[in-house]
Amino acid sequence: MEEIRDVVLEYVRNEYMEDQDEELTYDTALISGGFVDSFSMVSLKRFLETRYKISLPDNRATPEAFDTVNKITDLVMEFLGK
Amino acid sequence: MAYSDKVRSLYTDQLKGLQDGGIFKIERYIHSVQDAEIEVEFPPGAPLKKVINICANNYLGLSSHPDVVAAAHKGLDARGYGMSSVRFICGTQDIHKQLEQKVTEFLGTEDTILFPSCMDANAGVFEAVLTDQDVMISDRLVHASLIDGIRLCKATTDSFKHSDMAHLEEKLQLHSDKRVKLVITDGVYSMDGDTAKLDEMVALCEKYDAMILVDDSHASGFIGKTGRGTHEKCGVMGKIDIITTTFGKGLGGASGGCVSGRKELVELCRQKARPYLFSNTIAPPVVAGVISVLDTLSKTTERRDKLEKNANWWRQHLLEAGFILQPGDTPIVPVMLFNAKLSQDFARDLFAEGVYAIGFFFPVVPQGKARIRTQISAAHEMHHLEKALEAFIKVGKKYDILGKTKAEVTAMYGN
Repeated sequence: MEEIRDVVLEYVRNEYMEDQDEELTYDTALISGGFVDSFSMVSLKRFLETRYKISLPDNRATPEAFDTVNKITDLVMEFLGK
Repeated sequence: MAYSDKVRSLYTDQLKGLQDGGIFKIERYIHSVQDAEIEVEFPPGAPLKKVINICANNYLGLSSHPDVVAAAHKGLDARGYGMSSVRFICGTQDIHKQLEQKVTEFLGTEDTILFPSCMDANAGVFEAVLTDQDVMISDRLVHASLIDGIRLCKATTDSFKHSDMAHLEEKLQLHSDKRVKLVITDGVYSMDGDTAKLDEMVALCEKYDAMILVDDSHASGFIGKTGRGTHEKCGVMGKIDIITTTFGKGLGGASGGCVSGRKELVELCRQKARPYLFSNTIAPPVVAGVISVLDTLSKTTERRDKLEKNANWWRQHLLEAGFILQPGDTPIVPVMLFNAKLSQDFARDLFAEGVYAIGFFFPVVPQGKARIRTQISAAHEMHHLEKALEAFIKVGKKYDILGKTKAEVTAMYGN
């Protein structure tokens, strides 16, 4: 689980953060906090599906479910059956 | 009474929130035509003050140009005030078709459709030409009207980091399975004044079989050697699939916009775009005004040349005076102050010195990047620019920011 959390955090940092020094934690509000542009959530969804060989239905890949690294990790864990 | 005290308080609280958050917008009342110098009542009830205007989108200085005003008068006399109908019922005049043809020729595209505004063009175009089998890949700093249009469309959304071509390429690869891929960008970004790398974007679109849409509202009429826009500047005339633009800025400054590009896409907008189908089009006097603007700009580059000269002078002299500017080569010249309060104080002091400019801060621009956005016009004469520069230097000295680095300014005022 720790590994998933860090992989997601690293992906979010590279994909969304303009300023690499900006603070990003497992609980940073990504979408509601304005860090992540909701238009590109599809990239994050595709990344998770490819990396973890899972299929996330659209009704679960919501802005709420993707709002923090912790929440994203929980979602991935659920679909991995862990 | 449905509008009960409880409901009213919901809205008064919301308005108070805007005021407390420092994002409540206040309008200044202008008692003159739009021009290099205007007469402003501010605050409401104050005596009129004559100020130099450096915050209008009046790039070519045509908003009150006598030739344009005369053409609009003629249009009013010949074709009336309004149409009282949408285009497809009984709202299309010969001059609407003439204007569409002239825009097509000016921009070097295949066809054009008019919209009540560029906001409407952007709101309608995506839904009209894309489906849920397609993808829209937009630059992360595109204009709010494009964002709204994208939201109205069922196609998949994605975005790339501002002007980052490697990131755009990754996204084009990621979505290679989509039926249509549409890359979306502004031509000139209105807050920073930088230009999209259209040459590189077109090359990527050709490589990955994608279409490209450019909103050239802050470019049409003056960017490029003959003012055709960003596609001319970047050497990709004829290669942009969709251009959206406005007649409310450089091209006369009144109102109206359009979608110009591949003829099938334009025709689909005519059949399906909701802001086109369910709203009156541009009023006859404005249509006549824009036709005269395009006729003039097709004959001579005099006004865009003067604008370029003015903007270069302004940028160079602000730099020499020791201000920090966003780099660029357009008539949008942002003077960076970084701190929100400093940007407001600076604008207030400029106004006292007879210069009308606006301070922008978060959330309009990113946190810590507050600025005075200056916009130069062909209507500015050298004495306007010299006086405005003098005011900037005087206020800059007051706050002791001239010749200072970003770190030094933020150390004094915060960011």
